[in-house]
Amino acid sequence: MNFFRADLHIHTVLSPCGDLEMSPVNIVSEATMKGLDIIGITDHNTTRHCELINKLAAEKGIFVMQGAEVTTKEEVHCLAFFENTDALKKFQEFLDHNLPEIMNDPAKFGYQVQVDENDNVVYEEKKLLINAISKSFEETEAFTHSMNGIFIPAHINRKKNSIYSQLGLLPGNLNADALEVSKATTPEQFASIHPEINGFPLIRNSDAHWPGDIGTAFTVFFLKKPSFAEIRLALKGDNGRKIIVE
Amino acid sequence: MKITDILTELDLKIISGHKGLSNEITGGYVSDLLSDVIGNAKEGQVWITLQTHQNIIAVGSLKDISAIIIVKGFVPETATIEKSNIENIPLLSTELDTFNITGRLFELLQKE
Ligand SMILES: [Zn+2]
Ligand SMILES: [Zn+2]
Repeated sequence: MNFFRADLHIHTVLSPCGDLEMSPVNIVSEATMKGLDIIGITDHNTTRHCELINKLAAEKGIFVMQGAEVTTKEEVHCLAFFENTDALKKFQEFLDHNLPEIMNDPAKFGYQVQVDENDNVVYEEKKLLINAISKSFEETEAFTHSMNGIFIPAHINRKKNSIYSQLGLLPGNLNADALEVSKATTPEQFASIHPEINGFPLIRNSDAHWPGDIGTAFTVFFLKKPSFAEIRLALKGDNGRKIIVE
Repeated sequence: MKITDILTELDLKIISGHKGLSNEITGGYVSDLLSDVIGNAKEGQVWITLQTHQNIIAVGSLKDISAIIIVKGFVPETATIEKSNIENIPLLSTELDTFNITGRLFELLQKE
């Protein structure tokens, strides 16, 4: 088995807050430069850039965790990842169906564009992606798991859009595959104030919105090889797989 | 003033937590961020929110809230209703939005 460097929380230009330089090509070349083995593509409430990044990254030997950063009804940000195109497509339908019909104003919120490998715009998302979907935290978790996905509440230490800011405390029956802390802290630091998180696998990512951010925080996975199944095992700590946050 | 004294006046529907209806009201608090309620709400206050997640009961119980008013006719999750009955914190429902129900409650409490 081997150590693999993973940054599982990266936005693309499709997120309104994502820098225009966050094209699939640039993300993959930046990830290569930073020595990442695994990247997670997590735009706000959309998975539409995953497929192309997955293809481009595979050519460079980088494994992609395909998913989204969902904003639940309570405005909690959660990462959801899926193993195959079929599940990803069903999750995209879930997002499309539950995102309100409120349109983006690019001048106010930023562009929401999908681009191809030559940086040509191929699609523009009209609905405002930073809105909350109409499904609750638990409904989002249940749907993610029904698609065999991995569910990770994002940046739980933040004063905005986190479990703690929105819901005050960890829900008693929380069914999460891991919890994420942001660059601003470490799992140990945050667990010292909130010991109740100690039962959960804790990961740390960059939440990159521009290329320079990619890989500025990461989690090391000890795996046979980078794959969805192996990453799931590592989060559970099964069969010698494990995660390390430096 | 007790919770029972504001029900008719504010046209509130009782969803659950009937055993807490005789709770004494000391004031009100308005917020949709549960972390803010944990930090700032005071014992005996009526809490007005649009959140329906089960954690509103955990937070309400932690802060000894006298009742929770859920605005705009939002329907709380089943788990929230169950927990409200266990903790005896009344969950009340209004069709009004936060601004209007808060104004009415404020006026009512001023009259005391
Ligand atoms: Zn976020
Ligand atoms: Zn993010």
